[in-house]
Amino acid sequence: MNLHAVRAIYVFEMSRTRRTLLQSIVSPVLTTSLYFIVFGAAIGQRIPEIGGVSYGAFIVPGLTMLLLLTQSVMNASFGIYFPRFTGTIYEVLSAPISSMEIVLGYVGAAATKSIILGIAVLVTASFFVPLQIAHPFWMVSFLLLTAITFSLLGFIIGIWADGFEKLQFVPMLIITPLTFLGGTFYSIDVLPPFWQAVSLFNPIVYLVSGFRWSFHGVADVNVGISLGMTMVFLVACLIAIWRIFATGYRLKN
Amino acid sequence: MEPIISISNLSKIYASGFQALKNINLEIYKGEIFALLGPNGAGKTTLIGIICGLVNRTAGEVKVAGHDIVKDYRAARSLIGLVPQELTTDAFETVWDTVSFSRGLFGKPPNPAYIEKVLRSLSLWEKKDNRLMTLSGGMKRRVLIAKALSHEPRVLFLDEPTAGVDVELRKDLWEVVRGLRQDGVTIILTTHYIEEAEEMADRIGVINKGELIIVEDKATLMRRLGKKQLILELHEPLASIPESLAQHRLTLAADGHELIFTYDTQAQRTGITALLRDLAEAGIRFRDLRTTQSSLEEIFVDLVRQGR
Repeated sequence: MNLHAVRAIYVFEMSRTRRTLLQSIVSPVLTTSLYFIVFGAAIGQRIPEIGGVSYGAFIVPGLTMLLLLTQSVMNASFGIYFPRFTGTIYEVLSAPISSMEIVLGYVGAAATKSIILGIAVLVTASFFVPLQIAHPFWMVSFLLLTAITFSLLGFIIGIWADGFEKLQFVPMLIITPLTFLGGTFYSIDVLPPFWQAVSLFNPIVYLVSGFRWSFHGVADVNVGISLGMTMVFLVACLIAIWRIFATGYRLKN
Repeated sequence: MEPIISISNLSKIYASGFQALKNINLEIYKGEIFALLGPNGAGKTTLIGIICGLVNRTAGEVKVAGHDIVKDYRAARSLIGLVPQELTTDAFETVWDTVSFSRGLFGKPPNPAYIEKVLRSLSLWEKKDNRLMTLSGGMKRRVLIAKALSHEPRVLFLDEPTAGVDVELRKDLWEVVRGLRQDGVTIILTTHYIEEAEEMADRIGVINKGELIIVEDKATLMRRLGKKQLILELHEPLASIPESLAQHRLTLAADGHELIFTYDTQAQRTGITALLRDLAEAGIRFRDLRTTQSSLEEIFVDLVRQGR
């Protein structure tokens, strides 16, 4: 195992985050805080409790998840797309490093950044709404699994994309709508039965529900299923990445 | 001599169907400077790409110090440094960080003293804290060389290292390359500047349309394929070559003021003595004479033209 190489990529990516601190950390935390102020503290007080949880506290897991998903995808996709775009990827491809080590470096850094963001948002949320964590172990597990899974997805997108537009496409046009419709701001129980059934095809429902359960002990779907779906997603991403490196797709001629 | 790179029956066909390399067989010896020459699109960069892991091969085998580049890629690649043709750098990184990054990427523990030595040898030490986007093209080229040297490679690929580089920097780079060779580093160089190959290389390979046309020791190549000419400056211009001199391979130049005799230095008899005797008999006097030897550039152009 070429640990020096993994470390080199990881440190390189993290220093990029430090260089762009305002854009990478401050801006997403500020945006999410605005949601807490508006929907949690301001409007939230006029909305009845959901499953015994105040509305402000109810939306915290969903909003954290929204940030985690979009940021993981954006960080990881940009991290691998940019060297492809500038051509500096030649160095990584010519180095004595396995595909697993490349993924570990890039995805590890992207996931670390999302986790830092997730924690920053949760700390910020605790200033505005009463926050309790019923199952801390599972909360951390969902946080880590989601960050890693969606960073892997981001890595795939970063390799698939052949322009900056495609890079934005998935987080903006797929993940954000699916998260909004995946029970971030509401329990899917409030939907008519037909839309409830449709919602179950949205993979994000399982992530938000599982994460919310770890905070409040209430869930739209069984926690076991949430965990299972997350794992399925993780494995699917790993298989896709394995295929990318096996075939050299978009990396080698 | 012991080969450090052995290429056998290597072919590459791109997805478009274009065959970039046709059955290449080549051995590069430890410690030599090997120049790979060829026109644009001949397959030079594809060949380097395959050896370095940037391009997948279609068929054949490549070994670096006995390690297969696919099966045993870690051992093979850790010996290789690559300076690509394009000036690809991370705009926002500093010189120091990007060179240290390369060292780590190739599995070497940090060694600031060594990085400092590399940067100083390339006159980059003063710029070590500069961001790459603030550097000139020539400086960026030096940074790419520093990156390739950061992990102490035994084989260095220089793909057009002096393209777009001013004369002074080119001379500097040649010095660096000579220094590396003294340290026992094998250097494979592609270049458009034939005089560079003529000046630097021990051996020369010419590639055209994916085929290796010739691989030869530079001196032998120039002797074997080079032509030599004897140029005689005449006292009185000639309108045409006299009958009595027809048997010699002569041409007239400079409006009849020069008589050019082309001969083969390898031949047993060059024919110079006979020519001079016949000239005296014909009453043709000359005021000066000189000889020229064809340059590598002329040899190269001839080779590529024959391949067409």
